[in-house]
Amino acid sequence: MSRVDILHVSKRYGSFAALDNVTITFNDGEFFGLLGPSGSGKTTLLRSVAGFIVPDEGSISFDGEQVENVPVHRRAIGMVFQSYALFPHLTIADNVGFGLDVRSTPREDIRKRVTEMLGLVRLSGLEGRYPKQLSGGQQQRVALARALITRPKVLLLDEPLGALDRRLRQEMQVELKEIQRETGVTAIFVTHDQEEALTLSDRIAIIDQGKLIQVDAPQTVYERPANIFAANFLGDANVFRGTPVKDGLKLADGTMIETLKAATGAAIVRPEKLRVASGRKKAAGNSLAGEITQAIYSGASVTYRIRTKAMGDVPLLAFIQNQTGEVLDTGTLVTVSWDKDQTIPVAP
Amino acid sequence: MAQRVVKLYLAFVLVFLYLPIVVMIAMAFNRSALYEMPFTFDLVWFKALSTNERLLQASWNSVWIACINTVIATALGTLAAYAFARYEFRAKRLLQLLLFPPITIPWLIIGTSMLIFFFWTGIGRGLHAILLGHVALSLPYVIVVVGARFANFGPELEEAAASLGATPWQAFWRVTIPVLAPGITAAALFAFAVSFDQFVISYFLAPPGTSTLPVEIYTSIRKGFTPEINAISSIIILFSMGLMLIVARNYKFGGDN
Repeated sequence: MSRVDILHVSKRYGSFAALDNVTITFNDGEFFGLLGPSGSGKTTLLRSVAGFIVPDEGSISFDGEQVENVPVHRRAIGMVFQSYALFPHLTIADNVGFGLDVRSTPREDIRKRVTEMLGLVRLSGLEGRYPKQLSGGQQQRVALARALITRPKVLLLDEPLGALDRRLRQEMQVELKEIQRETGVTAIFVTHDQEEALTLSDRIAIIDQGKLIQVDAPQTVYERPANIFAANFLGDANVFRGTPVKDGLKLADGTMIETLKAATGAAIVRPEKLRVASGRKKAAGNSLAGEITQAIYSGASVTYRIRTKAMGDVPLLAFIQNQTGEVLDTGTLVTVSWDKDQTIPVAP
Repeated sequence: MAQRVVKLYLAFVLVFLYLPIVVMIAMAFNRSALYEMPFTFDLVWFKALSTNERLLQASWNSVWIACINTVIATALGTLAAYAFARYEFRAKRLLQLLLFPPITIPWLIIGTSMLIFFFWTGIGRGLHAILLGHVALSLPYVIVVVGARFANFGPELEEAAASLGATPWQAFWRVTIPVLAPGITAAALFAFAVSFDQFVISYFLAPPGTSTLPVEIYTSIRKGFTPEINAISSIIILFSMGLMLIVARNYKFGGDN
């Protein structure tokens, strides 16, 4: 239960900068998601906080106390590994109690705490089993209980739900969030799964090529992405590039697009913000004429790809709520429209 | 039909492997020194064995050298395998490759070169030289066998231990060693067998008057074979087979345990 400050941290492997002057604060009790493509440096950042990696430059402190030179085993962290890394030769009770056992805690206290932790992750009664006798979801919960039993200052999770199937993952997301709230532990997790990041995080950091692109609440990152990379990485985006003019952008073919506020050269619109109507109609706000090139029906919604003159080769992407049960055929001439307020200027 | 052929084949292989051993054990209990039939049960050769000082002394030498060799080679080899698996250092790949030639170089040649080398360095001959030779010979086996165990055992478990507050020392003894245990046990058996079976190197490095069991058996055979050899061999076979059975029951070799 601590505040973690990362100050100007860099880590290089040869000429490759895994972390490039990263400064970020993880607040006390916060559930923080590090989101980025593989090789972006998100895992390097997590492992630097854990102490497995010593940064070349910069400082890392827990509650104001610098820890760069403190070895892993004295940092008071808890970590959940992607592979769970449960000790195969120990029972569930001994796995969970390991952190207390190496600190020479009295046996009776360990037993009490283990029972308590297994109750928290809803695995009571499995004390005597071995890890390989448990399902993936159960192993995940053992890993969590084991990491939390020592009351760590910060809980680090490396792709915590990556090895689980979709249904189980959604279930565990809810549970993980509840347990984090219950314990109040500062938790930092790494993921490349955007849905996981949105669901779990109080705040998200988007990382690319060792640099922080944006640090904000999930909703802010999604609705007001800082640049095109952030917009594309968290969710889908229609990207308009053009020359800035008053109130908007002028696209290559001369079409004017109104934006929320003055743009510098690019703006994005989320696909679900688009409206699609058959025929050529004048609509309020921004609108483009186009032709449907692909329609994918997926029950609750329909995904259209629409070719427009203004966008050239890049089709517009539109997610339309299925309110009428009708699907427009490919080849239909349509008008795509959206609000000026949903046209978000971004850094190119 | 095909299944019957397979079973028959398997039976044939087992008979081929075990029949000579069975015959030898039977002859250890036969009264005749010349393998005469009919079989007459007698413990005369075991009684003779108990008074054959040379053979008993050689057996003790063999057992002791094998035990000490097992401890030293297993400890050193496990640490070496740990270094290969967990650390990056210069010429690591080359060192790993160099582990294999000693396994394939004929023992006769290794024995000769050791004799020359020990003579030249003043180590000389004797039980200490034999032990040294056996340790050198069994190390590659231990490193390869324990190393195989490391192949599906990444650093995550040790990292997990460290994240839970275990010192490197605690992580090694409480996590690394127990997880490696089946591999270490198998490697220890190899080390024991390499030493206990070893004839050529022991033969070269044994000074006159001292010998190990294989060397002594060889010497006895040259002087004229007596069923005492059958008797001591029977004891060894039963002992080593018992050992193997215990280990095989407790550890699944190759499997994940």
